Amino acid sequence: MSIVQVKNLKKHYGQTEVLKDISVEISEKEVVCVIGPSGSGKSTFLRCLNRLEEITSGTILVNGHEMTDNNSDINKFRQEVGMVFQQFNLFPHKTVLQNITLAPIKLKGKSKTEADALGMALLEKVGLKEKANSYPSQLSGGQQQRVAIARALAMEPKIMLFDEPTSALDPEMVGDVLQVMKDLATEGMTMVIVTHEMGFARDVCDRVIFMDGGYIVEEGDPKVLFTNPKHERTRSFLSKVLQS
Amino acid sequence: MDAAINALPYLMQGLVTTLYIFGVAIIIGFIIGLIVALMRLTHIKPLQWIAKIYVNIIRGTPLLVQIFFIYFGLNSLSFISLDREVAGIITIAINAGAYLSENIRAGIQSIDKGQTEASRSLGFSGGQTMRFIILPQALRRMLPTFTNQAIITLKDTSLLSVIGIADLTQRGEVQASATFESFAIWTTVGIIYFIIIYILTLLSNFVERRYKLR
Ligand SMILES: Nc1ncnc2c1ncn2[C@@H]1O[C@H](COP(=O)(O)OP(=O)(O)OP(=O)(O)O)[C@@H](O)[C@H]1O
Ligand SMILES: [Mg+2]
Repeated sequence: MSIVQVKNLKKHYGQTEVLKDISVEISEKEVVCVIGPSGSGKSTFLRCLNRLEEITSGTILVNGHEMTDNNSDINKFRQEVGMVFQQFNLFPHKTVLQNITLAPIKLKGKSKTEADALGMALLEKVGLKEKANSYPSQLSGGQQQRVAIARALAMEPKIMLFDEPTSALDPEMVGDVLQVMKDLATEGMTMVIVTHEMGFARDVCDRVIFMDGGYIVEEGDPKVLFTNPKHERTRSFLSKVLQS
Repeated sequence: MDAAINALPYLMQGLVTTLYIFGVAIIIGFIIGLIVALMRLTHIKPLQWIAKIYVNIIRGTPLLVQIFFIYFGLNSLSFISLDREVAGIITIAINAGAYLSENIRAGIQSIDKGQTEASRSLGFSGGQTMRFIILPQALRRMLPTFTNQAIITLKDTSLLSVIGIADLTQRGEVQASATFESFAIWTTVGIIYFIIIYILTLLSNFVERRYKLR
């Protein structure tokens, strides 16, 4: 069963075409990594999946909902799609626990007690139970990102989108965040991850998509794609990033 | 000195009027400011225009003229009759609202775009995002500017003495001419304003510390 179906997706910013005819399907429980050089359209693609960007043409089906349909309730659809950002984007005026419980309380009508229990369980899962009453600014980057993951999970999404979740972190913080994502993968969460962590892509992802210049150049099993890329562009990209 | 002490009870009644008009006007002004700021930020062009024209008119004319316009100008129309207090409160509120709307708009725009994106990605609507995420942060951030405007507005109420509202300033005039003790009376009036504004500042510092964005 495919949970995401993208057909002939195109996206322009003014005159420039950033996504040029992207078609892709993602199955339930699949973990897909998106890699590619800077400016290739990875973030734009990801943000189209929950309609943070308006697309120019094409269709995007997520959980059976046509995301680009103007007549349907995009806010409802978005509840089923969790998103984690490079810059965490936690709400600074709320405590860690409130960051997690706000959406379940306001959008799902959960009672505070119920939501708090859920929030604490999620914090335990990301290893930050003792930070429940801290404010985001009192946490390290890695801790903030784990809270952001917990916040997204609190809406019990069917799929999670990650846009370079570890790129803004100090190297020693990266491991904890990747571990949380690994655990999620093991539990069977469907995930689309834009990342520069090639090791993670190789070990955790079921499929790697290589994007360049607004196209999907090549996709496949990471073990195959990393060791034996078909396209010259993939090869030259990989040789650059794997060296460093 | 005796003149000032004797005048004190009478002046204090004026202070009550001043505070009453200030309190009501600043609350209404804040609500106007909020609405106008949101109008400016919608994508609906006519609403933007109305908001812009309103702010420009208020900013481009003296407050004293605005007071005369509303109290004498509007009242000269046969179908409108406003008493002094109402006219005074309306004018002060409309005036403060224009300046506050600019502050609130700047506060809203200063909040990082990522906050909106995070909120929308959770499933909050645009309105909910404004209410739960953006406004609470924007208002905290603009608290110092809000205090500034409140102090200006409090002082602006003294202009209402010209339409005969018996505020602190107007009562000062009455006492000064009745007692011929101008120096003592105006010193007293000045001190009273100063103390009130000082208290306002302390209050605002307290609130600011309490609700600081951590
Ligand atoms: N709001 C925008 N307006 C105009 N052009 C944009 C906008 N956002 C992105 N672009 C352009 O679209 C292209 C793709 O951007 P995108 O952010 O999707 O790339 P990316 O693959 O995520 O890159 P990175 O690895 O640097 O994050 C880039 O050329 C970028 O300059
Ligand atoms: Mg990007």
